[in-house]
Formats: sequence, structure tokens, C-alpha cells
Amino acid sequence: MSSQTLTTVMFLLVVALTVGITFWASRQGSGTTDYYSGGRSFSGFQNGMAISGDYMSAASFLGISGAIALYGYDGFLYSIGFLVAWLIALLLVAELLRNSGRYTMADQLAYRMRQRPVRTAAATSTVIVSIFYLLAQMVGAGSLVALLLGVSSESLKNLTIVGVGLLMIFYVTVGGMRGTTWVQIVKAVLLMAGTVLITILVLAKFGFNISDLLGAAADNTGKGEAFLQPGLKYGVSGTSKLDFVSLALALVLGTAGLPHILIRFYTVPTAKDARTSVLWAIGLIGAFYLMTLALGFGAAALLDTSEGSKVQASGGNLASPLLAQAVGGGEGSTGGALLLAIISAVAFATILAVVAGLTLTSASSVAHDLYANVIKKGTASEKDEVKVARISAFLIGGVAIALAIPAQKLNIAFLVALAFAVAASANLPSLVFNLFWRRFNTRGATWAIYGGLIASVGLVFFSPVVSGGPTSLFVNHDWSWFPLSNPGIVSIPAGFLLGILGTLTSKEPEAEAAHDELVVRALTGAGAEAATSH
Amino acid sequence: MSEKQPVHQTSQHPVYEELYHSDDFRELRKRYGAFAFPWTIAFLAWYLLYVLMSNWATGFMNTKIVGHINVALVFGLLQFVTTFAIAWLYARHARTHLDPLAAKLKARYDEEIAK
Repeated sequence: MSSQTLTTVMFLLVVALTVGITFWASRQGSGTTDYYSGGRSFSGFQNGMAISGDYMSAASFLGISGAIALYGYDGFLYSIGFLVAWLIALLLVAELLRNSGRYTMADQLAYRMRQRPVRTAAATSTVIVSIFYLLAQMVGAGSLVALLLGVSSESLKNLTIVGVGLLMIFYVTVGGMRGTTWVQIVKAVLLMAGTVLITILVLAKFGFNISDLLGAAADNTGKGEAFLQPGLKYGVSGTSKLDFVSLALALVLGTAGLPHILIRFYTVPTAKDARTSVLWAIGLIGAFYLMTLALGFGAAALLDTSEGSKVQASGGNLASPLLAQAVGGGEGSTGGALLLAIISAVAFATILAVVAGLTLTSASSVAHDLYANVIKKGTASEKDEVKVARISAFLIGGVAIALAIPAQKLNIAFLVALAFAVAASANLPSLVFNLFWRRFNTRGATWAIYGGLIASVGLVFFSPVVSGGPTSLFVNHDWSWFPLSNPGIVSIPAGFLLGILGTLTSKEPEAEAAHDELVVRALTGAGAEAATSH
Repeated sequence: MSEKQPVHQTSQHPVYEELYHSDDFRELRKRYGAFAFPWTIAFLAWYLLYVLMSNWATGFMNTKIVGHINVALVFGLLQFVTTFAIAWLYARHARTHLDPLAAKLKARYDEEIAK
């Protein structure tokens, strides 16, 4: 069997497995709590796996190892921010949100504030963050499939994007949160197993001596010790250094504001289980990022990463799959073909699980926040709400497909970093103020959300990412005046400041009075939503 | 499980005010804050120190420790170690100092609601 056929078979196996899971999950219950939160019946460990599956995206698996393969040490900087960020989720967000919210990020804000404005604001930022993140995954899927099947045709890439889009709509409309969660759990198992396997094979090549592996990477890339030191990517100029600080802030503050991560805390019965799930997630994600070091430096040591090589041409995205082929025996060998097919299928499963989580999150927010509470003012029946959630999943999937096809020029890691920056600027300020600041009110919340949103997206629009630079979206025009490609260093403080300003320029005694109830509920679980029993 | 109230408005149930002003709740809030806030500031500062040094203290970061392993790599790995350690410390703190108080307060709530 040729390598391409093998890879195709593996992809189809992943699709069959996830479709089967979704059908099975769809028969487990059909109320709103089932659809949005999987009946809140997952254990802390299961949810920890699902969180890892939701979080470790194509940008993590293919992107970070690829960045290390190309830029050495600077690629590693991403994973540190991605991991440390989980402490904010653990210490300040997970348990309190589980106790005081219900289905969406907006629930906790709506507890104190005037529902309609804050739900509209939160739903807007939920959909925007999720769409940026979705685009990254779908663009990744398109180039991955095209490169692996050895066809670089535009129509195949577009076909893949449409296929991934249809699959994610299927998972979300049919399986709801329960189906999505199981897809993510299976993906986490596959991803960890695949990564452990390749890591062991790589380390074995160097007698499990890390220093030798690093030395080989430094030699093979021809960059010497500089490859193992910070600065190859971000140390070029003062601007690039500032850009790196800006990126680092977005990574560490963004995770706890990502809507698709936040709603995962509602799938467990109690706040203690939410804590357990974050602890598992930290362990799994941390272990995974440590292994990406071996994958990235292994790829640098064993593959050709020079100008014009396959790794370089894919922007690093193919480093892991090609490394799997190399340690399996190289091109043309059965072992190499098998490992390449396995790791490619794992990457594909990774993408599918993440896009399903994102689509579900957006659909839930549109149905629960906008339809049920803003438009219907709480009078919609459960059945109608779930129906609207399914229709929204279709619409959002359609929008994502339509946007992903022209967005294929955009860099995946950049799109993901932008989603983190928007989450940190628009969502984190109001989540934190809502819990810990009694004076906080509706105007503060809406100003923080819209302000953070406009600042982060607006600054990118006026950055060299969109116009004026050699790699810009619009090469022939230049309206850029903001020098950095990561907006976080300006937009995150802007989100917090606008939250403070909006709060201080208005008075809302109801919101202040409701703070006591919210805090009691958040810290003790008194009155928190219970799990449904089947 | 149908909703009578618009979802997620406050219940305005007097039990919440009663719990809020209880000694147990004050103590719970104090214990939670005494861990969460200083540690959040500490790990963010520790992370930023790492970021800033990667940018502007390259001489120190590039110092070789053993073989090809330099300070930058060890510093990065230390971020992993401290993340795991703080997560473990919080889990222990929550289990021994927060959970018992929270359970006690929740029992009081359930009792009041059942009346």
C-alpha cells in the first residue's frame, strides 16, 4: 500500500470513529442541559482529558513543534505561555464559574447585570473569538491534507475545508456537548499516545541524552548554539522584542477567557470536579508541551529544514508528520509510511475535536444568550432553544467555511494568537471584575467587552499583518500605523481600563447588591446547577 | 426542570445575605483570597521575568550549564516545574482549608431552602 493510500485509510478511520461516537452520544438525552453541558455528568478526569483535547489544537501539535524545528528555542516560548495560563483558570476562574454559571460565559455576568446588554456583548465576543480560532484550524486542515496526500491543488484544499466544516456541523448538531466531549476525549488519547511514541523513538536515536539531541539539532540546522538560545525569531529588533512581550501577555491571559474552554467547566457535577479537571488538564498539557520539545528539536536534528525543504515550505507545520516518517524508517519504508499515516491521522483528529468544540460554543451562545434570553426574554421552551442551537451550528459552520477558503493565506499561529489576544482583552476583564469587584456594573462590563474587542481587532487591522508588509494580507496597500502584529500589550490594558471607566461613570445599586449573592454562590456552590440524572 | 424565573437573575433569597455576613463565609473568603491573589501575582511576575530575560538578558540566558543545555532551557523548564507545583499547592490548600467550610455553608443553604 502506498503512503498516500495508508494515510487516506487512517483519516477515514478517524472520521468513522468520531461519527460513531456522535451517533451513540446523541441517544443519551435531549434537554438543554444535555445539549449544552452533557448533563453535567462527566467526571473530573474525563473532563480534564476533554479540556486537553479542546485546547491542544493544530497550532499546538503542528505549530509549536514546527516553530521549534525552524526557530529553535523561540518556538518553545509559545508552549510556556500556553501552560502557565492554566494557573489563572485554576485559581481564579474554573470553580467559581462552575458554581455561578449555567451554560455560557455570559451566564455569570447576567447574574448581576442587566441581562440583555451583557448577553449581547458576551455572545458577540464569543462568536468572534471562536471564529478566529475556527479559521486557524480549518486553514490548517486544508494545507495538512493537501501536503500529506501530495497534491497541492487549490480545489482539494477547498474540498477539505468544506469536508471538515460539514463534519463539525454534524458532530455539534447531532452529538451536542456529550458527543463533542467524547470526540475530544478520544482525540486526547490518540494525541498523547502518538506523541509519546514519536518522542520515545526520537530520544532513542540519541541514547536518551537530551544534550546530544540539542547538539545534533544545532549542528544539523547549521545555526550552531544560537539555535538553542532565545532570539532567532523575536530578538531581531526592538520592535520584534516588544511584539514578543505582547504575544506573551496574550498567551498567559487569554486561556482563561476562551469561551470554548470556559463552557467545559459546566460539564462536571460540582466545582470540586471542575478543579480536578483543570489539574488533569495541566498535567496532560504540560507533559504534551514537554514532548513537543523533543519533537521540534528532533525534527531539527533529523530532517532537512533548510530553505526550500518540505518543512520550511509548510511553515513548519509538517515537521511532526515528517519526523514520524523519519524515525519509522524513512521515506519508502513500511514503518515510515505507517508512522506518517498514524501521526497525520492524529493531527486530523486534533483538528476535528477542536473545531467541534468551537462550533458548539458559538452555537450555544447564540441560542442561549441571544435567542432565549435577549430575543425571547426567557420564555423560549427547552425544545426550541436546542433547535435554535442546532440551526446556529449550521449557520456558524457555514460562515466558517465561507471565511476559511479565502483566509488560507493567513498564518495559523497568528490566527490562534489573535484569538487569545481578543479573549484576554474582551473577556478576561469582565470575568475577573464581576467576581472580585463589588462596584462593577453593566456599563463596565459592556465597555470592557466591546472596548477590548474593538481595540484588539482594530489594532491588528492597522498592523503590518493586514497591510503594508511583505507578508501582509494586502501587499499593495498600506494603511498600517500600529507596528506590532500582536495587539495584547495595548488592547489588554485597554479592556481593563474601559471596564473601570464604564463602572465609575455609572451607578447600578442592583448590580452591587447582587454581588453578595454571586460571591456566596461562587465560593460555596449554594444554589449551583446540579447534574441531571438519567 | 422548567424555569419559572428568567434564568440567572439573582434569586434575592434572604439566605444569601445571611450567609454572606456569617463568620464562616468571611473566613472562607479570606482563606481563598489569601492564596489566590498573592500566588497569581507571584506566578505572573515569575513568567514575565522569564519573558523579559529571554529578550534583554541574553548573555545570562545563553550561559551553558552542562553539554548543550543552557540557562534559557533550564529557566523555561522551571516554568513547567513551578506551574505543576503551584497547581499542587492550590489543590492541597483547597482540599484542607476551603472545601470543609464551603460544604458547611452549602449545607446551611440547603437547610434554609428546604424550609
